[in-house]
Amino acid sequence: MNKIKTIDEIMEFIKDGQTIMFGGFLAVGTAEHIVDAIVKKGVKDLTIICNDTAFVDKGVGKLVANKQVKKVIVSHIGTNPETGRQMNAGEIEVELVPQGTLAERIRAYGAGLGGVLTPTGLGTVVEEGKTVIEVDGKKYLLEKPLKADIAIIKGSKVDKKGNVWYSKTARNFNPIMAMAADLVIVEAEEIVEVGEIEPENVVTPHILVDYIVKGGER
Amino acid sequence: MIDKNLVREIIAKRVAKEFKDGDVVNLGIGLPTEVANYIDKDVEVILQSENGFIGLGPAPEEGKEDKDLVNAGGKYVTIMPGGACFDSAMSFAIIRGGHVDATVLGALQVDEEGNLANWMIPGKMVPGMGGAMDLVVGAKKVIVAMEHTAKGAPKILKRCTLPLTAAKEVNLIVTEMGVIEVTDKGLVLKEIAPNTTVEEVIAATEANLIIANDLKVMEL
Repeated sequence: MNKIKTIDEIMEFIKDGQTIMFGGFLAVGTAEHIVDAIVKKGVKDLTIICNDTAFVDKGVGKLVANKQVKKVIVSHIGTNPETGRQMNAGEIEVELVPQGTLAERIRAYGAGLGGVLTPTGLGTVVEEGKTVIEVDGKKYLLEKPLKADIAIIKGSKVDKKGNVWYSKTARNFNPIMAMAADLVIVEAEEIVEVGEIEPENVVTPHILVDYIVKGGER
Repeated sequence: MIDKNLVREIIAKRVAKEFKDGDVVNLGIGLPTEVANYIDKDVEVILQSENGFIGLGPAPEEGKEDKDLVNAGGKYVTIMPGGACFDSAMSFAIIRGGHVDATVLGALQVDEEGNLANWMIPGKMVPGMGGAMDLVVGAKKVIVAMEHTAKGAPKILKRCTLPLTAAKEVNLIVTEMGVIEVTDKGLVLKEIAPNTTVEEVIAATEANLIIANDLKVMEL
């Protein structure tokens, strides 16, 4: 089975109105080449799930700046003034989620769980509209799973079967997102032969990856 | 009025004295980051960076930046020998699960109950909470490091008026005027800066302050 595709080939999967997860933390570990291709394709009304909206000219921030996004589910928008501007103008919906809760909601879907119970957000606006559950005398918020149509992740080394290894902090949300979408596309900085990544160094196992795109540095 | 840089240095220096050998600590962006510069060389503190590693080191030399190695503020950093990288779920399991001894954060407001507001000003500034809500709930000790007032207006209040980051989680407040502990009875002024009077601290604080019987001068 050949999972390696060109960027043009995978663009056929990207459509208006989809929910897409992007790995990356302030664009470190984001599949920049695929983001650029989506900007070029110009699909609209996307819902983006990512840690943050990065920068106007970097990471998923480029999609926001190009007005292709109707909603973001993120923990932070402060580094991209365009997200704030569109939010204040009523052009984009912003769901702010505490970073650890965002990670667990994604992980929950990928792990087949119906949600997670977390103390984070109790007594704050995050609690509004949510169920509070008491377990052994301690209160928790019920946070529901998050899924996407597509997860676009970025691997530092990806073997031809789709096993992924991440360099340093480029890992962040990528491994959990690879478990929480119908279709998983990995942009590889480097594509290597099967076996070059030792089995115990594989972070995202190949069974979770549908397609591999060669991206290169950046 | 004292110099802003000196104010930050006083706060960072005093916070650095809170840690003991082996502590795992997460430092917030801005002033809290500067705390790392003043930790005693004999005290090994392991810094956690919520974007996914422990063993956060100083900024790299120019030209030696690694595009895949940044801190939670997106700045290039280094990783100490023995450091370890992990994904965001693991990072926050470490934070939420009580494996971080202390977190140091800035604040817009903090109050008598230990409530903290530091993530938004409605209608003005809505950057998002990032990892702050999880850090404040999960860390064993929550240290607020901030200037005592904002343009002369108190930031230590009877009740926070801004949206909270977390309820009743703050343990210690360190400012350039003193060190305040959050207790069941209220805020206790434990230490006071040199050349500062108790009256001056009270005047700059909206919250009621209990003055510790053994009030000390801040060690810097």
